[in-house]
Amino acid sequence: MKKPEIAIVGGGPAGLSAALSAVRQGAQVMLIDRDPVLGGQLVKQTHMFFGSKKQYAAIRGIDIPQKLLAALQEEGNGKFDPRVNTTVLGCYDDGVLLLEKEDRAELIQPWKIIIATGAAEKMLPFPGNDLPGVYGAGAVQTLMNVYGIKPGTRVLMIGAGNIGLIVSYQLLQAGVEVTAIIEGAPKIGGYLVHATKVRRAGIPILTSHTIKKAYGCDSVEGAVLCNLDEKWCAVPGTEQSLAVDVICLAVGLTPQTELLWQAGCEQQYLPELGGYVPLRSEKMQTSLSHLFVAGDAACIEEAGSAMVEGKIAGLFAAADLGYAENVEALNETFSRELEELRSGPAGAKIRQGLSRLKGGAQVC
Amino acid sequence: MLEKTGVPDADQIKKITPSPGRLKKGPVAVVECFQSIPCDPCRYACRQEAIKEFKDINDLPVIDHDLCNGCGSCISKCPGLAIFVIDDTYSEKEGLVKLPYEYLPLPRPEEEVIGIDTEGWEVCSARVVKVQNAKVLDRTPVVWLTVPREHLMKVRNFLRKGGA
Amino acid sequence: MRIKDHPIIDFQRGKQVTFSFNGRQVTAYEGETIAAALHAAGVRVLSHSHKLKRPRGFFCAIGNCSSCLMQVNGEFNVRICITPAREGDRVEMQQGRGEIVEKT
Repeated sequence: MKKPEIAIVGGGPAGLSAALSAVRQGAQVMLIDRDPVLGGQLVKQTHMFFGSKKQYAAIRGIDIPQKLLAALQEEGNGKFDPRVNTTVLGCYDDGVLLLEKEDRAELIQPWKIIIATGAAEKMLPFPGNDLPGVYGAGAVQTLMNVYGIKPGTRVLMIGAGNIGLIVSYQLLQAGVEVTAIIEGAPKIGGYLVHATKVRRAGIPILTSHTIKKAYGCDSVEGAVLCNLDEKWCAVPGTEQSLAVDVICLAVGLTPQTELLWQAGCEQQYLPELGGYVPLRSEKMQTSLSHLFVAGDAACIEEAGSAMVEGKIAGLFAAADLGYAENVEALNETFSRELEELRSGPAGAKIRQGLSRLKGGAQVC
Repeated sequence: MLEKTGVPDADQIKKITPSPGRLKKGPVAVVECFQSIPCDPCRYACRQEAIKEFKDINDLPVIDHDLCNGCGSCISKCPGLAIFVIDDTYSEKEGLVKLPYEYLPLPRPEEEVIGIDTEGWEVCSARVVKVQNAKVLDRTPVVWLTVPREHLMKVRNFLRKGGA
Repeated sequence: MRIKDHPIIDFQRGKQVTFSFNGRQVTAYEGETIAAALHAAGVRVLSHSHKLKRPRGFFCAIGNCSSCLMQVNGEFNVRICITPAREGDRVEMQQGRGEIVEKT
């Protein structure tokens, strides 16, 4: 059985950043991803990122993976082993990982594992939600931005968080009409500049609205909306019908923590962080000392913080193996970056969630 | 209310509108960014250092209108596409608006278009003067439109005549 | 339904491949998944629910939801949303849960 020094599960922003941080310390890193290319959700993000220069602000998400990969090639020193088209099927309590690639299985027992498996999209229950034409926002982005295929002609976007607002804008760029964005909450949840961009493109944003049902014979032909009162109950008599052929769900993300459950990591349910999240220290180390976590698998946030969490996890996974040069100074820098990203009003929810994490994990 | 509609209200716009005295001097940038979020690339986009130092990454950008020369370098650097340049001195009747435009097809100079406001409503007729699309703008072209001067703080988008 | 010109992305499509879907020829570009190619060809219904036979289609695009399971080259329960389309593939809508086929 191969025993790589560090195995990282997931090659998105957190995983790539963790790999770079770890190879810079001198550790040997295997980066495993089930997709044919590395980059995770970055490969679909055509918009410019926020944050600061260190998190690639004003650089388009799609351009970030190649920057990280170039750095990994240059600084890897032969210690970077990327494995694409490879799925991690199991993460066992003895530290063994089961890998699958093209119907072949492989067992490895890394010294340290970093789980950076990202998030899965939440579902919204409503009659007709299984009709062809109801897509997750990620699926719409994949069709448009990876394959260059329009998802449909008239879209109803459900959710005015960052994903709903950004994907609506991307639909416009792909030449697809967005008939409306609806949001159950009384306020827009995403960055207001994203909302302004779609408003000036003529897309209405209807807060305190929800979908009552989707209708259509073999696929979506329309949706019935209704207003919600302050208790999130449907207001009778406010139904309106919208003719659309795509209903896009952008109603939140849940951390993908299956491998952590399987391994036996302690988890805690914290809605502010997206649901069940593993307990972890400031070093992004879980309740099992050989397992670290970073990115949306640790808590639902932005790509910028995913990258910094990855840097921290990579640093300490390597340090634990003896590659501890400069660890305090680097940790100081990374922690300050994370604190900065979370310090404003936009970070209030995350800070609250983290402060409730058992075991006194990091509070910013 | 901005948080409910995505559209800044008149008071918010007034706060970031340059003074009449400054508008008489030539083109100037306006930043329509009203929410504290961790974001600061605009700070580094200005060669005149007219965007004031951020004490904290969540600070709202503040433009020193006296240092700003309206060059527009910042327009394509704002991830929120929230920066515009207005020029009240373009001509006697017309002003110039420079706005970010990330759609295809790009308009052509001299093309007549319809000026649209932040709510997506038609405001006025407008004419395309220039379309900047150099590589340095990284796929955020900047379109220069002439509009009646009274609509400089209104027009933030446009529609091609005969459909988008 | 394919996008020709995009303001941000330059779609570098590979060479064309042809596969059959329920007996009809479908064109795809190398690198596209079977589900993406079918979507571009206007195919919306990818499977049916087992009990009530309700139509199901593309949903997650990432191999998680099992709405897109089809029979490909005789193999059942293939997640076509993560399976690249290849020249000569024989793709068929699956009825029911399929069978376990022993590989020789």
